[in-house]
Amino acid sequence: MNGDPRSKKRALFLIAYLAFAILPVYWMINMSFKTNDEILSVFSLWPRTLTLDNYKVIFTDASWYSGYINSMIYVAINTVISLLVALPAAYAFSRYQFLGDKHVFFWLLTNRMTPPAVFLLPFFQLYTTLGLMDTHVAVALAHLVFNVPLAVWILEGFMSGVPREIDETAYIDGYSFPRFFLTIFIPLIKAGIGVTAFFCFMFSWVELLMARTLTSVNAKPIVAVMTRTVSAAGMDWGVLAAAGTLTIVPGAIVIWFVRHYIAKGFAMGRV
Amino acid sequence: MKPVNQKAWWLVLPVVLCVAFSAILPLMTVVNYSVQDIISPERRVFVGTEWFKSVMRDDDLLDALVRQIGFSLAVLVVEIPLGILLALAMPARGAKASAVLVLVAISLLIPWNVVGTIWQIYGRADIGLFGAALAKLGISYSYTGSARDAWLTVLLMDVWHWTPLVALLCYAGLRAIPDAYYQAASIDGASKLAVFRYIQLPKLRGVLMIAVLLRFMDSFMIYTEPFVLTGGGPGNSTTFLSQYLTQKAVGQFDLGPAAAFSLIYFLIILLLCFVLYNWMQRVGTADKAEGSV
Repeated sequence: MNGDPRSKKRALFLIAYLAFAILPVYWMINMSFKTNDEILSVFSLWPRTLTLDNYKVIFTDASWYSGYINSMIYVAINTVISLLVALPAAYAFSRYQFLGDKHVFFWLLTNRMTPPAVFLLPFFQLYTTLGLMDTHVAVALAHLVFNVPLAVWILEGFMSGVPREIDETAYIDGYSFPRFFLTIFIPLIKAGIGVTAFFCFMFSWVELLMARTLTSVNAKPIVAVMTRTVSAAGMDWGVLAAAGTLTIVPGAIVIWFVRHYIAKGFAMGRV
Repeated sequence: MKPVNQKAWWLVLPVVLCVAFSAILPLMTVVNYSVQDIISPERRVFVGTEWFKSVMRDDDLLDALVRQIGFSLAVLVVEIPLGILLALAMPARGAKASAVLVLVAISLLIPWNVVGTIWQIYGRADIGLFGAALAKLGISYSYTGSARDAWLTVLLMDVWHWTPLVALLCYAGLRAIPDAYYQAASIDGASKLAVFRYIQLPKLRGVLMIAVLLRFMDSFMIYTEPFVLTGGGPGNSTTFLSQYLTQKAVGQFDLGPAAAFSLIYFLIILLLCFVLYNWMQRVGTADKAEGSV
């Protein structure tokens, strides 16, 4: 905005970082338009023989594209549940003291700390017993284990940044809790909700081990379908790159939708 | 002080139920495995703490643990400051802000096995952009040949992959600071550094805490990316704890020892996170007391 050297340095840093961030992604997109032969034999900044075959494989095979649909279904269920249960809980943690509050708060996070390799088998047994195997609900529920604690922690951080006087004045003004929460409080922590929604989406979207363990055909997610490109006949690099490129799209759309929540931030309401 | 209100439990209960539903039973099952020798599903022998003892005596495990701690610390040292800087540099509003947000977030959205695969090609000197660029600069680099290069590549890949998480959290945290704070600071004639130190940093405490803990625990369990990129090599240079565990659990089908290993692994992460958490809280409150006006 203003042309002082500091903001110029800042812009340079930003451009340098963006280049660092984008180049591997460019390489993936570049690969997705190449034949496997070209990927492995020559260094080329753009495809010499442009091919759409890799994408054709994905769009013409139902087991490929239904992977995207399955992923989207359980990720959406998971994100909605995570936010709905985490919002009131985070409010309770940020505003009140109650029996065991600190312990429960930390316990929540410990559920993200279990190394998955060995825990997969009991997960499989649990969901088989419940008759939920190979359903979208199973994966959505299983992913709550790591997304709900994350959502509570992030939202609590944002809520604690809002001065408590705001709550008190609202209650004095005669607001009921639900009305205060929905019409005053939530707009104040929009940035936190936006970023939480995105992270819930993201962690559920890329999680492979649980999703693969709990599904076989009907709810098989795209991350699991992708592992098919590694076979005895070798890697299908082109198709993997194309599938990877396509996995970015839904998330990019999500962040596009929540960007106003994240970027605009503090609504000048009743402060 | 926050008021005491036991009714707040009603707000927390759904969260506890949701998480406990999938957390408690599997954990108990793993504890159950860890004290048995499972020869076949029907034949199990109670062995007490034997597996725990044998895991504690495992030298390879200790090596992997040391490597793991080194890697996770490196991750924090690079990603946290870089993430804060990036958040400060990102434009605050307008179309540019939206575009930058999307670009920054992209690396997070790529499935982890694809991340490893892309870097596998990207880092090769003959067919990858990164490897070829280094070769042009006359730097000899090979992530398959040199242990140092492999380690640095895994770190660089992690920085590329996860710095956006820190940046997005901090960015949202910065946007939640009311303009009034900045106006007060500019009336006082505060320098940019002072604004950062006394306004932005304290307000970012909450998000930084979660960013540090998340990056710490997730990097402590890193598995897919190094597995795909280097397979743990060359030698053992990029074999981190998780990979060692998986070799044991899946490779040798030894459920008992693997379960004991998992529990010890879990307790190590828990302990380190707990220390980190308490330390950050202490720093934060000391800061508040000192900086209160």
